[in-house]
Amino acid sequence: MKSGSNLEKLLNAGEFVITGECGPPRSADASVVREKAKYLKGYVDSVNVTDNQTSVVRMSSLAGSLILQEEGVEANMQMVCRDRNRIAIQSDVLGATALGIRNMLCLSGDHQKFGDHPEAKNVFDLDSIQLIQTVKMMRDEGKLISGQEMAEGTEPRLFIGAAVNPFADPFEYRVYRLAKKIAAGVDFVQTQCIYNMDKFKEYMKQAHDMGLTEKVHVLAGITPMKSLGMARYMQKSVPGMDVPDEIINRLKGVEKGGQSKEGINILLDQIQILKEIPGVAGVHLMAIEWEERVPEIVEAAGLLPRPTV
Amino acid sequence: MIVGERKPLDEILEMVKDAKKILIVGCKGCVTVCNAGGTKEVGILAATLRLARLKEDNPIEIDEMTLERQCDPEYIEILEERAANYDIILSMACSIGPQYISEKFPEAIVYPALNTCFMGGAQEHGVWAEFCQACGDCKIHLFGGYCPIARCSKSLLNGPCGGSADGKCEVDKEIDCVWHLIVNKLMKQGKLDQLTQVKPLKNWTTSRDGGPRKIVREDLKI
Repeated sequence: MKSGSNLEKLLNAGEFVITGECGPPRSADASVVREKAKYLKGYVDSVNVTDNQTSVVRMSSLAGSLILQEEGVEANMQMVCRDRNRIAIQSDVLGATALGIRNMLCLSGDHQKFGDHPEAKNVFDLDSIQLIQTVKMMRDEGKLISGQEMAEGTEPRLFIGAAVNPFADPFEYRVYRLAKKIAAGVDFVQTQCIYNMDKFKEYMKQAHDMGLTEKVHVLAGITPMKSLGMARYMQKSVPGMDVPDEIINRLKGVEKGGQSKEGINILLDQIQILKEIPGVAGVHLMAIEWEERVPEIVEAAGLLPRPTV
Repeated sequence: MIVGERKPLDEILEMVKDAKKILIVGCKGCVTVCNAGGTKEVGILAATLRLARLKEDNPIEIDEMTLERQCDPEYIEILEERAANYDIILSMACSIGPQYISEKFPEAIVYPALNTCFMGGAQEHGVWAEFCQACGDCKIHLFGGYCPIARCSKSLLNGPCGGSADGKCEVDKEIDCVWHLIVNKLMKQGKLDQLTQVKPLKNWTTSRDGGPRKIVREDLKI
């Protein structure tokens, strides 16, 4: 056992896991996180806490993670390279683990251009792959980048995650990038939101044929479409996103008031397909600012009750 | 070369607003090549400032000259006799020029007329792009001949990130995703192994992070 987290135990037991996502507030209001926890507790196995996602300043992912854990929800703390150098990163890894964090998702981070502080200086001392490698070294070798050693039993016991985007360009290289993350030491990966199921199947087949799915747990990222407008926006304006016309047409086929329902229906269909794809170990449900719908989605998908190990 | 761009006219007019007599000094180095601060641009700026001040009924006297280089003490010395004659010296070199001039002539008031932008090259007539960040430890041969430090918006050594689309960077559609170029080139060359190998952490001590840098060549010292 690498970290002893709930997520790790369930994945090792071969359960079809479901992870959620929680964005901390743009204030010091802990109650926002506690409120979101209500819709996630018992419905998902672990929850990503975003780290200033889209470069918008929010309560820190460490603080958000701890509040979630106080509410009985296991956190998967996101850590980006945009805002910290190797000194701060290692320090945060040690601190987070000391405070009870057991899962960490290692990301490069969105460029600050997209956020509320585009004038900021960025860091990117490490990239996401080097971050994975660093956390793994700290955990498995009990060593810091400097070579400084930790006494046995004091290493940060973390289950290491990463994000992968099967759809960004160049597509042919994407599976090799997954291989690279595995070589760096990742334990599980969560994918970008998937809408193009055929392309995802092709990606997974490649990964499966290369033996990669035996080395890493792949959680397929899914996000329910709230409306036709959202689907169109995702199709046209979000880099690295592949939304086929089929999704647009399904939403078009229902009246406006029923679009969010249809969005959830599409998602439920996706979950059934994903369950059958070899190498898919679970789903990562990103119901962004729609946490209150998580319980009904998980229930309708037939994924309740959540297993315990 | 160092690529610069002239500051907006309003900013320069504000710099010289109290001056009656100024000297504009161009440079025959990089900024001449990138059409920002050579003899021609000195002439254009001088004429533009004269005209603007005439319009305000507040004429300004401007002398013009262009030095061989402004980043070499020996070429600055030529200003010795003249520096004291002006209210302001406006340098059209990269930021090294005005620093050299103001250090050499502590009494002089020196302003930069250019913004020093990056180290790069011309891509087509009138277009320049950044190619180097002077990290002090060149490794472009490991990346298909491209520099991910300078040309990736996140300086990723193990790119690309998930944001590239159609070969363009998510930060700006005008920026080529350098990782797209690297991957395509190395895949075409069959050097997939170079791509799957995890590139180690960079040692930034040779870059600006190690403090301002200096090269001492004992063999050249007199």
